[in-house]
Amino acid sequence: MPNAEHTPRVGLFVTCLADMFRPTVAFATVRLLEQAGCTVEVPEKQTCCGQPAFNSGDRNTTRDIAKMTIEAFDGYEYVVGPSGSCIGMLHYYADLFDDNDPWKKRAEDLKARSFEITSFLVDVIGFDQIKAAFDGTITYHDSCSGLRQLGIKQQPRKLLGKVDNLELAEMEEAETCCGFGGTFCVKYPDISNRMVANKTENTSASGADTLVGGDLGCLLNMAGKLKREGKSIEARHVVEILAGMLDQPAIGEADAKRYELAKQV
Amino acid sequence: MQIKSPEFKDNARIALQDVNLQKALGNLKAGFPVKRANAVERMPEFEDLRDEARDLKNHILENLDVYLEQFESKVVENGGHVHWARTSDDACKTILDICKQVGAKTVTKGKSMVSEEVNLNEYLEKNGVQPVETDLGEYILQLREDHPSHIIAPAIHLNLEDVSEAFHKHHNRPKSDDPAVLMQEAREMLRKQFVAADVGITGANFCVAETGSTIIVTNEGNGDLTQTLPKTHIVITSIEKVVPTLEDMSLFLRLLARSATGQEFTVYNTLSTGPRREGDQDGPENFHVVLVDNGRSEMVGTELQDMLRCIRCSACMNHCPVYGAVGGHSYGWVYPGPMGSVLTPQMIGIENAGLLPNASTFCGKCESVCPVRIPLPKLMRHWRENEFEKHLSPKAVRWGISGWGFFAKRPALYRWVSRSSAWFMNKLAGKKGRISRLPLAGGWTDWRDMPAPEGQTFMDQWKQGKR
Amino acid sequence: MSKAEILGNIRRGLGRGEPTAQQRSAAESRLAAKADNLIPKRGQLPHDEQVKLFKDMAIEAAAEIIELDSTSEVPMAVSEWLHKMNIRELVSASNAELTEMDWSALGDIQRVERVAQVGDMASITSSFAGIAETGTLMLHSGSESPTTLNFLPDVHMVVLHKSTIVGPYEDAWKKLRAAHGGKMPRTVNMITGPSRSADIEQKLQMGAHGPRTLVILLIND
Repeated sequence: MPNAEHTPRVGLFVTCLADMFRPTVAFATVRLLEQAGCTVEVPEKQTCCGQPAFNSGDRNTTRDIAKMTIEAFDGYEYVVGPSGSCIGMLHYYADLFDDNDPWKKRAEDLKARSFEITSFLVDVIGFDQIKAAFDGTITYHDSCSGLRQLGIKQQPRKLLGKVDNLELAEMEEAETCCGFGGTFCVKYPDISNRMVANKTENTSASGADTLVGGDLGCLLNMAGKLKREGKSIEARHVVEILAGMLDQPAIGEADAKRYELAKQV
Repeated sequence: MQIKSPEFKDNARIALQDVNLQKALGNLKAGFPVKRANAVERMPEFEDLRDEARDLKNHILENLDVYLEQFESKVVENGGHVHWARTSDDACKTILDICKQVGAKTVTKGKSMVSEEVNLNEYLEKNGVQPVETDLGEYILQLREDHPSHIIAPAIHLNLEDVSEAFHKHHNRPKSDDPAVLMQEAREMLRKQFVAADVGITGANFCVAETGSTIIVTNEGNGDLTQTLPKTHIVITSIEKVVPTLEDMSLFLRLLARSATGQEFTVYNTLSTGPRREGDQDGPENFHVVLVDNGRSEMVGTELQDMLRCIRCSACMNHCPVYGAVGGHSYGWVYPGPMGSVLTPQMIGIENAGLLPNASTFCGKCESVCPVRIPLPKLMRHWRENEFEKHLSPKAVRWGISGWGFFAKRPALYRWVSRSSAWFMNKLAGKKGRISRLPLAGGWTDWRDMPAPEGQTFMDQWKQGKR
Repeated sequence: MSKAEILGNIRRGLGRGEPTAQQRSAAESRLAAKADNLIPKRGQLPHDEQVKLFKDMAIEAAAEIIELDSTSEVPMAVSEWLHKMNIRELVSASNAELTEMDWSALGDIQRVERVAQVGDMASITSSFAGIAETGTLMLHSGSESPTTLNFLPDVHMVVLHKSTIVGPYEDAWKKLRAAHGGKMPRTVNMITGPSRSADIEQKLQMGAHGPRTLVILLIND
């Protein structure tokens, strides 16, 4: 826990999907960080983590983006973002540079300071004073990079456990990929579709009314499929629930719901 | 075997619509991963064993030439022969020569993926030697003129009816839909073959340098009959299978069955060392080991060297959601799944197999279950880089990435694109909150809606002071 | 030709030529040491617990175990088991342990010492060791113990002495090296339960090509 003398200075890695699709996720992350006693700044020089280039085999472009991002977050005690996948990409930067390249050391330094939000709260600063309520049953999708690269599994569940009224119903195969995979979903759309269809089937079978996860890529994919299938299950990023920022309709939901939701509260 | 890897996308599309295949793949998903998890649970040292196995394999690869020569000298010392085969063709010719020397008409075969890799059966048949597959799965496939779709469960893509049909057609017996009856039929049919064969060909899971032994790991016992009954036993294996000592082999055996079928141990682990000894009443009189390279030696010292740690357990494909969706044949060559997506480009060329290392979400499940901790996603990415550098990636991808990269490296421009896209897509969605058809994103919206952006970007709102 | 090319490629990859004596030493010392790697705890129990573990694991692998107080009880136990199964012939290995038994208890069951043939119903062999960690038998070929006996008959009966049960595989290898002066017999079989296959729809069926039944005659010595 940060004490009175020390206020960690955190650089927010917004992630391009949160920036463009769902600013609520970034605002919720800021709110949680501030509740945890951090000061949050948003460096101007950030764009995307570079994963599309990295996974398409374009090392040069990836390296350029990595350098830009490393510079953007120079000097912050911590770099925190609402995505295991994007933060995981920041952790890969060190692999892009040769051992004798000075950028390697800087990349390793960035890696040591970068955390996904739930893991930052639980593992780094030990914050669990969640003040939020959620009337409903959720099920949690473990996104791949967060789970297998960063070891994020219990952290979001621990925090969700502090949310009033919230029930968690685990689905089968929560740890199986949803089929998003960045460019994969457009390069191999029908395979991706099969994978996301398996995911929505397991989601439905869990009996939950809300699907929660920690990565917008996966959530856009799964929400898009749920809606195409005409299912009423909603999808939200975990920070929206933890920060109690539920005014925005769930991912891919119509605006009209907003009013219904407002009426319920 | 005909190379169909360039048609991966078509293969996959057809596979996804194949109701019978999808049913068969369901058996895989419900089986191996669950059994592996149980076996791992019962072995508290499993993760430490994986670390040791990775380190030991690395040591072996750093000393591969020394161990291979040691292995060869021990085989010879025990009265056997070692043949080195640089290519598939070399391997096939060597084996045919041995068959001719002993006047072989029929050979029985234990399951061997290396023999699939070098396309041995076709070669032997063309040259007047009849190979008979004796592993139940391989036998079924041979009757159907089919190929394995999985490295340890070759007929995983078939259902009971397919087997029943094939046996009915070839065995002249009443049709049965009882797996026990079908297996009994195969047992009876193959007994005659085991005894009649002039040569028995098996693979090897490991070659032990200390003793000059090869080992096969099977549940059925077909491999043992294959290598014990004929006069000549030929082992076809590959250079990376050598291990230093029996103790070292034991480390890998502890991981192999658990990672593969989830068994505590495979039923038969059998070591063969040279031909039968003086006074022995059975066993082969001739013992040959064919060490196949086929591109492996070129992987040493490169980023792909890690792939040579592979012990062919199949855990990567058993846990791969892409393999689980499209099955092994979609990959279009011998080795499917994540391990195949790394190996195939090395063996048939990245220009033929480029779609395979791209067919992964990098979910990392394969690496998380690999008994020798091969960084499979990293190696698949290596191939993507190789493709990109050689300008083999599709133009749309190259242009897309360089166009996107141009903006991503320029924050102000990137903001502008994000702002415009967010606005545009938000308007396109209207009150629905989602878009059901998006220009240039058919791959997405053919199958799912595109959730709409909220409207304004975070960066803009943050700058405006919103908190 | 091929050999030189393959070794040449490997050496190029390793960034060296033919290994010098010093470069060979890492591999050679490993070959000489024959050191154990990590042995799971379950392979390191005291002997009586190893015996229990062996039994549990063998039964889990679908082997049958008949416990006997001495080898002299073997013929009667075999006779009873074969009669119950209605089997009237037993193919046997010809090692001293088996030939020296008094087989008169077999009654009308004929015991022959030869290699196995297609159609044989039952065989009996001795064993070299039992390996507790997975309930595995170790057998090896020799002039008095043909390998076909372990695979062709429908039923394989194996005499195992409790005193020969070891914990891990590693101990069995050490025992084997000691017994054979470091030279391997032509065939060493590690057998864990009877033959099986799940190649049809992943459904496990017992008795594929090898024995359908594995009976372990466990001697309490």
